[in-house]
Amino acid sequence: MKHIRTINKSTLNQEIRKAGCGECQTSCQSACKTSCTVANQKCERK
Amino acid sequence: MIHAYKIHGENIVLDIYSGSVHLLDDIAYDVLGCYDSDGTLNPSKLKELAKYDETQINEAIAEIEYLIDNKMLFTEDPFTEMLPAWTKETVVKALCLHIAHDCNLRCSYCFAGTGEYMGHRSLMSLEVGKKAIDFLIENSGNRRNLEIDFFGGEPLMNFDVVKGIVEYARKREKESGKNFRFTITTNAMLLDEEKRAYINENMHNVVLSLDGRKEVNDAVRKRVDGTGSYDRILPSIKKMVEERAGKDYYVRGTFTRKNLDFGADVLHLADLGFDQISVEPVVAAKDSGFDIRNEDLKAVCDEYERLAKEYVNRRKNGQWFNFFHFMIDLEGGPCIAKRLRGCGSGTEYLAVTPEGELYPCHQFVGHKEFLLGNVYEGFNGNPIRESFRETNVYTKPQCNSCWAKFYCSGGCAANAWQFNKDIKIPYEIGCELEKKRVECALWIKAQESK
Repeated sequence: MKHIRTINKSTLNQEIRKAGCGECQTSCQSACKTSCTVANQKCERK
Repeated sequence: MIHAYKIHGENIVLDIYSGSVHLLDDIAYDVLGCYDSDGTLNPSKLKELAKYDETQINEAIAEIEYLIDNKMLFTEDPFTEMLPAWTKETVVKALCLHIAHDCNLRCSYCFAGTGEYMGHRSLMSLEVGKKAIDFLIENSGNRRNLEIDFFGGEPLMNFDVVKGIVEYARKREKESGKNFRFTITTNAMLLDEEKRAYINENMHNVVLSLDGRKEVNDAVRKRVDGTGSYDRILPSIKKMVEERAGKDYYVRGTFTRKNLDFGADVLHLADLGFDQISVEPVVAAKDSGFDIRNEDLKAVCDEYERLAKEYVNRRKNGQWFNFFHFMIDLEGGPCIAKRLRGCGSGTEYLAVTPEGELYPCHQFVGHKEFLLGNVYEGFNGNPIRESFRETNVYTKPQCNSCWAKFYCSGGCAANAWQFNKDIKIPYEIGCELEKKRVECALWIKAQESK
């Protein structure tokens, strides 16, 4: 494309029926924990 | 829903329900502005683009329509039908153990007072720690991966109990089929060779507290005698990181309204040789003198943008480091179910006091209305727990209409309660800062993908 460059294609709505296994890390968002915000987390399955 | 914004001369568009990210030239960006929120082109708005050549406008329209047709722009919400399955009863999978309600620093902004969390100074016994491990295993259902965070106060003040709990958990994980990951958060005052070796061997992650420049750190992170802690802790933190040998760590600081130029503190930590850095806004009471206020927002947002630019510059030129709050995983990030409610406080994640009491998270400790039970008797039936279970980005009106909802996942419940006395009304200043960090993170991705 000439006017638009796609940096990331659709990722959120892929495999939604497999979502929610819950094995991923918990993710505190503030105050001394720094364990994780959310968008930077890894999926345990990937 | 889309979010279109300009940063450092570039036009970025995020498609909320697909997670697609696009970089647009000025023509396409202005043409996109002629679309209504439902993804239909509004011809009356298009008339205002007389400055562009008609051919170029038509090219941009064709490209936008291609993205719409391929579900990468104005994508409709495909998730609502799955919500009941994703928000069903959850199990506990992480505990924050308050190993010591005591501290050997006197940080002016600490939400835990001087470590005692509005109670009295106390240390967790090994017996309580073991009961916490039993409680977690019993309440974790089929989840295999479980997390224990050793927290305080200062957990190194009670390190023998830390070691005892790790030993007990390792013994129990074999028979229960669980996998424990341990982390520890420390101010580094008591880090000696033996403790460093133990942490390196046993802890999945270690969070080391240092606020940045000496004058910034020492103005707030003070020793009991009132002197600054920088000179004492820096050598220990450096040794710890060297010996970490590639295992996870963060050097973590706090910024307040007294150092709105916190980007200089991030860069100072990078200059010291640390490559895993987190510096985040303080959680402090309104008008405490430390809290970020509405009038500070522009300065903080401008600082994030400046830092983003220098971050890209350094990473390109052999001075790579990772800033936790600019990390975003667009390809292998968490699934949508995870993004609905983030940290899981009160449900998947609980804090345990030295006496074994359970709270929704470390920041609620000491607020008795949030007491959820104890490790001996389990949950006490406090209905507030149900409020935590019901809370997600779809049940919070401000979140549901927000473009950043799948990146921050609704923000911090403790902040929401502290500022609005309602865990379902997010802390607005926190929201604005989170949105700016996501905007910067997407811009960084765009730069690094060129």
